[in-house]
Amino acid sequence: MTKHRLFWPAVVLAVLLLANLAFTPDFFAIRIKDGHLYGSLIDILHFGAPLVLVALGMTLVIATGGIDLSVGSTVAIAGALACLHISEAADPASPGTVVASVAIALAVALVLGVANGVLVARVGVQPIIATLILMVAGRGVAQLVTGGQIITVTSGPYRLIGGGYWLAVPFAVLLAVVVVLLTALLTRRTALGLLLESVGGNPVASRLVGIRASGLIALVYVFSALCAAVAGLMISSNVSSADGNNAGLWIELDAILAVVVGGTSLTGGRFSLGGTVLGALIIQALSTTIYTIGIPPETTLVFKAFVVITVCLIQSPAFRAKAVRRRSSATRSARPRPLKTEEAEA
Amino acid sequence: MTSNPMAGAVRRGRQYVPLLVTSVLLVLMFSVGSVQYDGFLSGQVLLNLLIDNAFLLVVAVGMTFVVLTGGIDLSVGAVVALSTMLSAWLVERHGWPPLLVIPLVLVVGTVAGFVMGWVIHSFEIQPFIVTLAGMFLARGLCYTISIDSISITDPTYTAFAQTRIPLPGDLFVSPSVLVAVGVVAVAFVVLHHTRLGRNVYALGGSEQSALLMGLPVARTKIAVYAVSGFCSSLGGVLLTFYMLSGYGLHAVGLELDAIAAVVIGGTLLTGGSGYLLGTVLGVLVLGLIQTLISFQGTLSSWWTRIVIGGLLFVFILLQRLIVGRRKV
Repeated sequence: MTKHRLFWPAVVLAVLLLANLAFTPDFFAIRIKDGHLYGSLIDILHFGAPLVLVALGMTLVIATGGIDLSVGSTVAIAGALACLHISEAADPASPGTVVASVAIALAVALVLGVANGVLVARVGVQPIIATLILMVAGRGVAQLVTGGQIITVTSGPYRLIGGGYWLAVPFAVLLAVVVVLLTALLTRRTALGLLLESVGGNPVASRLVGIRASGLIALVYVFSALCAAVAGLMISSNVSSADGNNAGLWIELDAILAVVVGGTSLTGGRFSLGGTVLGALIIQALSTTIYTIGIPPETTLVFKAFVVITVCLIQSPAFRAKAVRRRSSATRSARPRPLKTEEAEA
Repeated sequence: MTSNPMAGAVRRGRQYVPLLVTSVLLVLMFSVGSVQYDGFLSGQVLLNLLIDNAFLLVVAVGMTFVVLTGGIDLSVGAVVALSTMLSAWLVERHGWPPLLVIPLVLVVGTVAGFVMGWVIHSFEIQPFIVTLAGMFLARGLCYTISIDSISITDPTYTAFAQTRIPLPGDLFVSPSVLVAVGVVAVAFVVLHHTRLGRNVYALGGSEQSALLMGLPVARTKIAVYAVSGFCSSLGGVLLTFYMLSGYGLHAVGLELDAIAAVVIGGTLLTGGSGYLLGTVLGVLVLGLIQTLISFQGTLSSWWTRIVIGGLLFVFILLQRLIVGRRKV
């Protein structure tokens, strides 16, 4: 069982949640208040939903051996555009306005994703640099859209996306679940996932066997941008406002962290959607834990640093080789034992 | 590919194209500014560019070393912030003498860079993710020291901050400018005239070949990150003088500015090609954008980010045109 790729992320999440139980005895309690589900676990799912989405897009990008640094900016731009449209509309509460604002945000995200995709797949720029451009300029664009202000909106239907409930469950959670299931269906029930992994594993070889690598690569950047846009809508909807400066700030790092923690290798060629979802929930649970224990939330970064570096070390073949060599030389005199389990890990 | 000396000369000539474009851009921007705005055409405006961007210049010099090896250092902004925080905390809260604090801060930055380089090299983890962890750690440490900004009232710091060194023709510079110029000069000599410098270029050209040639790949790789760490902490010390405070939110996004300066300065992100003086021009271009926008007056500060993003885009396309699709 320990060999299953989701085993370690699941253990970490369980340990984190159990650690919370020690500090807040009613941590696992879920109540129904006003027909809505309430509780710390629901909160983790609710606030983790945008991160799950962004990390989902990031997973596919990383599977092709790329990286998308621009998701944070896309989050900000999508939220800003939607809120701007709603705040300028004659009737902010009408469903038509909200649908239009969502459509605008998604359309612009589509354009941003295509721009990233073309730069990486057609022009051949390194992904980290190509998306860096949008990361730098995107914040400026988001502030341009909001005019440097925080746009506040009061719109019932818009509030539903990130802050509302449907069938007693937070709507954002349902939305995230649907997107995750659709993605899983598309990548694992069709050849798409296999093709993405082959492009990430060896772009030249996959081109030689006739896979259209550039189209696939462009596609994952578009998907990532769309996921980020939906996350941006959720975040801005939950707080009923758009902040070009701070919305989605550093979410790209959290998303990369979630992907890595979930067991997807940064070198590409393999991905695990389930792992990413667990990874995103771990990150969110970590933030929640730090709040409940009463450590200043800003120090979360220190914890994250250790998590990243530990996971990367475990994933690093060089590190495992060194660790295994050390252990085998230590145990050789005592009792030789098979080291297969260590090597099969990660 | 070819042993034709002419082709080699042409390729070498092409290497200078980004540098040339950046110089032309700089002259063009300055001319436009001079024509458009009164008081733009003065030596002091140029010197203010250096005064306001001395710390960025120092950080970008360190980044140039890393990028030349084909790596990237995302931790620079966080190390700068940590340096300001550490300086302010030790000087103000603990009363340590500045002469002790400054070397200590420099050692901390260098060690941080060294450790990151060591992890990158010995465990073969991508520089991007290791320095990302370094960035988290350094920013997090800032907040563990203090969540609020610590302002500095120490006489040594304020004296250093207020000192103006007069130059002929009613001009002046700050001591930070001298430090930055010194760093550039030393880095120039190291990069272009020492064995370490040659190794840096060789490593960026092809790590495999460098290894086969018997060059000290491990030492060079760790060294560039240590250099970047040192430059970041020195940049942090300069920023402390400039801001007279330590704060965990200082220098947010500085890593992007530093990378942008290096790219605009004509250094290839794939490594192995570029010039230190190009980075200086890159920093000046970034500074000039800010100056132009502040002279313009009606444009908001976020236009700076958009323009820098646009410039990055243009220069990256230019790089692709120059190296072709050779290094995809």
